[in-house]
Amino acid sequence: MTTTTPAPVLSMTGVSKRFGAVQALKDIEFHVGAGEVVALVGDNGAGKSTLVKAIAGVYTPDEGDVTFDGSHVEITTPAQAQALGIATVFQDLALCDNLDVVGNLFLGNEVLRGRALDEVTMEQESWRLLRELSAKIPSVRIPVASLSGGQRQTVAIARSLLGAPKVVMLDEPTAALGVAQTAEVLNLVERLREKGLGVILISHNMSDVMAVADRVAVLRLGRNNGDFRVADTNSQEIIAAITGATTNAVTARAARRAPQEEQS
Amino acid sequence: MTASQTPAPADPTAAAALPADLQDERLIASQGFGGWASATWGRIRSGDLGSLPVVVGLVIIWAVFYALNPAFISSRNLVNLTLQMVPIGVLAIGVVLVLLLGEIDLSIGSMYGLSGAVLVVLFVNQGMSVWVAVIAALAAGAVVGLVYGLLFNRFGVPSFVITLAGLLVLLGLQIRTLGKDGTVNLPFESSLVQFASQKFLPHWLAYTLAVVVPLVYLLARLRTNQRRTSAGLSAAPVVALAVRAALLAVALVVITYLLQRDRGLSYMVVLFVVLVVVMDLAVRRTTWGRSVLAIGGNVEAARRAGIKVKRVYLSVFVLCSTFAALGGILGAARLASANQSSGGADTNLNAIAAAVIGGTSLFGGRGSAYSALLGILVIYSISNGLALLSVSADVRYVVTGAVLLLAVVIDSLSRRSRAAHGRA
Repeated sequence: MTTTTPAPVLSMTGVSKRFGAVQALKDIEFHVGAGEVVALVGDNGAGKSTLVKAIAGVYTPDEGDVTFDGSHVEITTPAQAQALGIATVFQDLALCDNLDVVGNLFLGNEVLRGRALDEVTMEQESWRLLRELSAKIPSVRIPVASLSGGQRQTVAIARSLLGAPKVVMLDEPTAALGVAQTAEVLNLVERLREKGLGVILISHNMSDVMAVADRVAVLRLGRNNGDFRVADTNSQEIIAAITGATTNAVTARAARRAPQEEQS
Repeated sequence: MTASQTPAPADPTAAAALPADLQDERLIASQGFGGWASATWGRIRSGDLGSLPVVVGLVIIWAVFYALNPAFISSRNLVNLTLQMVPIGVLAIGVVLVLLLGEIDLSIGSMYGLSGAVLVVLFVNQGMSVWVAVIAALAAGAVVGLVYGLLFNRFGVPSFVITLAGLLVLLGLQIRTLGKDGTVNLPFESSLVQFASQKFLPHWLAYTLAVVVPLVYLLARLRTNQRRTSAGLSAAPVVALAVRAALLAVALVVITYLLQRDRGLSYMVVLFVVLVVVMDLAVRRTTWGRSVLAIGGNVEAARRAGIKVKRVYLSVFVLCSTFAALGGILGAARLASANQSSGGADTNLNAIAAAVIGGTSLFGGRGSAYSALLGILVIYSISNGLALLSVSADVRYVVTGAVLLLAVVIDSLSRRSRAAHGRA
């Protein structure tokens, strides 16, 4: 664990979003640094998806400042987010089962040689990308349908890296994965951090969050409800923040006092 | 792809000696010719049949008809067979394209009839030049496809319904275009009729092609091998490529020999085969083809990958109707006439059945342009063989239907087997 906080690649301050009478996000502060894994957690309806979509350019926030890579930006479309260097891997992965790994990795982004597809370069590049992630995929010439859940996640993540992004958002990457495959994906997240990318990890799984994240940002009912460094916290504290147990004055006081007493 | 220029990091282990795509320790090493042969056999056993069932089916059909009536394999009959199959075969190419998208066009038969009607009316009744008539007929096809595509993209109506409506509309237009007479004959000496029934490749050219085509194939594959090796990837064993090219050459020379004993290889047949090859390359080797396959596999994924989905739908509907129009032109030219029932009866279903029998999935994303060629060969072999045995149309319909059913069952079984063997 690094002790210095990296300079933020993406930072959002005072972000609000309303849908009619519903205040989905209120005055949100959020930032992620280069080489930092930030877990974004919260109960259903806490505003995680809205925040993710605001970052990915699907929604435009009503208020608030977004700074990317040191300059003020307004993200209004998904294409713009991608052009800036924000890659999103959605939960349903969006892979074409009938195409092979190479076809999926380069879909919509094919390398051409003259007017024909340059399969050789694309295959070579696929291997480079997968090796970089230490991905366990035996062959890139088999249809994606025959890959395991973890391998499919790997392909989706590898694909998000093709545009050389600075921030990668992963939406529930370990949902519905087995033990070994979850570990594989967590390794992948660490690999992204080593490459100096900012990683935003949306997850409900507390053990995954504790295992891989540097920092945990908690949302509750559309507001920030705590920002914890994983090194200085525990699952109970985060769960308390998610469920709102800390909003109770007594628990909040106890939580404040506990570390002081430990030190004294 | 900013990082693409950096060379692959040197692998510190001894694995660097292996090509990049064979380094995973779980891969069963299959190098050299023996490895290639056993890998191919394993693929077939696991249900990845490719076009094998059609080829086997074709051999069986030919053997049965030969046993029943040796005239079936006579050169005269084979030349007839190749000529008969071309117009509907051209329709089948278009059907393959829409099926790859997971859509369907039920109006190809009516389009076939309409385009023939436009051709003969402009050429014979109006006295325009043959080129104008041909281009007008093709343009009619393109416009119909454009309308289908726009309706599909704008309103999201299933292509099944749009083209079913189109079937009736086009049939009406066909009858209206032909007018009172109902039948218009093309003059026998017109270049179009000559092209469709009298023009054959000279002997020397046919044999040269039969040898040159496999050679070109071999050279192209060897060049790919060279590029793969220099890119640090595995290359197909040269012996395997040579065997394939040799088999192709033998097949082509035998076919050429059989055909050349009679009239030979028709220009029209060459045109059909060239179209199949071109469409195959377009589907497998271009961005457009990759988009078509991707949309057939998962539209949403294709859309998120930035593919202009609507444009691809539009292009495929236009191509399919244009191929149907071309089929109509060739059909009218071959029979030297067009009438109100051209493109009626079983034209539609033969073309769709040909694509499916050839191995193109009805559910999108799987198939190749070659299935149009193989499928139409099967259908016309059956109808030609049964006609030689003087079997009436009723039996012919039943047999063709049974073969279609068999093809779909084989497809379903091999799909299940592929899934079980992790090759889905």
